[in-house]
Amino acid sequence: MADTPLQVTGRPTKQEETVSVAEVLGDAVKRAVAAVQDYALLCAHAVANIFTSPHYVQDILEQMDFIGAGSLPIILLSGFFIGAVMVLQTGSQFIRFGQTSLTGDVVAIALVRELGPAFTGLLVTGRCATGIASELGSMLVTEQVDAMRAMGTDPSRKLVTPRLLAALLMVPLLTALMDFIGLLGGCAASVFSLRLSAVEFWRRAIDALDFADLMQGFTKPVVFGFILATIGCYKGLTVRGGTQGVGRATTSAAVVGSVLIIVADAFLTKLSLYLADKVF
Amino acid sequence: MSTPTKEGLGFGPAITFEDVWVGFDEGQVLRGVTFQVQERETLILLGETGTGKTLTLKMAAGLLAPDSGNVVVLGNEVSEMEEKELLAFRRKVGFVFQEGALFDSMTVGENVAYRLREDGIAEEEIEPRVREVLRFVELEHTMEQLPSELSGGMKRRVSIARALVNQPPVVLYDSPTAGLDPVTSQTIITLILRLRDVFGVTALLATHRLQDGFALANFHFDPETKRVVPNAQNGNAAAANAARTRFLVYRDGDIYFEGEPEEIANSEDPYLKRFLV
Repeated sequence: MADTPLQVTGRPTKQEETVSVAEVLGDAVKRAVAAVQDYALLCAHAVANIFTSPHYVQDILEQMDFIGAGSLPIILLSGFFIGAVMVLQTGSQFIRFGQTSLTGDVVAIALVRELGPAFTGLLVTGRCATGIASELGSMLVTEQVDAMRAMGTDPSRKLVTPRLLAALLMVPLLTALMDFIGLLGGCAASVFSLRLSAVEFWRRAIDALDFADLMQGFTKPVVFGFILATIGCYKGLTVRGGTQGVGRATTSAAVVGSVLIIVADAFLTKLSLYLADKVF
Repeated sequence: MSTPTKEGLGFGPAITFEDVWVGFDEGQVLRGVTFQVQERETLILLGETGTGKTLTLKMAAGLLAPDSGNVVVLGNEVSEMEEKELLAFRRKVGFVFQEGALFDSMTVGENVAYRLREDGIAEEEIEPRVREVLRFVELEHTMEQLPSELSGGMKRRVSIARALVNQPPVVLYDSPTAGLDPVTSQTIITLILRLRDVFGVTALLATHRLQDGFALANFHFDPETKRVVPNAQNGNAAAANAARTRFLVYRDGDIYFEGEPEEIANSEDPYLKRFLV
């Protein structure tokens, strides 16, 4: 059967059929498996395109601007206050033991290992995966994707791969900025709230970090970038039902992307801790 | 622009559909459709909404594969080709989408130049070709405008220019006059006539407006006077050279009628008469 539904007129309507629960569940499972298969194929093609010509360099740069430069304000603003809140919360506990100097250690480790990558992934998903899904979805319902194919262009190469490459490059950079700005926010909070010296905060923050922390902190954003770009593209390119469908795909991209990032984060954390223990 | 098709394509029919079946969960849409479009011929595909006209065009362009049967276009067995081969094949076929399907983030000039850039044509060659083809559709002045700044009819004309820019021997039109006022529709039909009679393209045109088909069947573009004239007049070489136009009517997934314009015009069949109203 072809892959696009079409309403056919002038045909006798089907008889009402009784459908069992097992059939409904079976269909749902089949649809889910088919969706996973389609997503895996989209990812495989997008990755394979990286290693073959042609490359759409202009599109890659445009997407880097959209994902990277475009996300800077929310990353910087959020990062500063996440760091500040971390210091205020941990500092209020450390005060009880007279160990406020440990704040720098905790904030640095939490930000670099966990909060920086996770918050960056979630924020960029909220901003970019939805943008990608709505843009590609709109292109699909207005037949621009078909027009592209009709003119001999592979939509996977032209639309998906540039977004994937841009996300793979920009999300780790945004994470680095989020970490730095978070520490800056933490420093400001510790100076003004906990009366710690800025030099002491930075010295302890830097000393607390080792290579394994940085590895963990910069491996996660690569995976998160992959997830948010491919989910955005997949949801956009599988829109059904016109403009309403575009709205649903946008919401779905945000929800599925965010959940997948959180799930992946858990597994990556476990893997990183295991490797840190065995390798580093 | 050169006219590659006038020398002949070097094989049989330009488009062949042979026992083509296609369906979806909702039911079978096309049931064993068989027809041919000869070189330089225009086949008008008539039918109500949902009878499979657009599907037929999409299968001819290799955008959709039939469930069974063969689709052969320009000697290529489209229904058997891999997507990679299809990408190369589609560069030989122009497709005018129903709503134009222009890339809304690109200017008119960029839309028309898209195919040339994809083909790696040098930038200094692209602009004159884009201007020439936009001049053909009388929209050269819109080159820097975005599609959102154009009217519906202008968008269709840009879409025709985009399909025409690399001089394909076959052009597929999906309801090119749908939703347009009569005057704008006439402009589009005139453009299709000129394209057919000046460049000799083979065309498959899906529509639900019989008058579009009759206009293509009964008029031709006279290159000497540069005007569209009725076939009965000006019985010169241009009229004799006017491409053949035939009709194909879909109904409930089958071919209901296939024949010459006179046959459909004189038909007493109640279903066909509905299109004449």
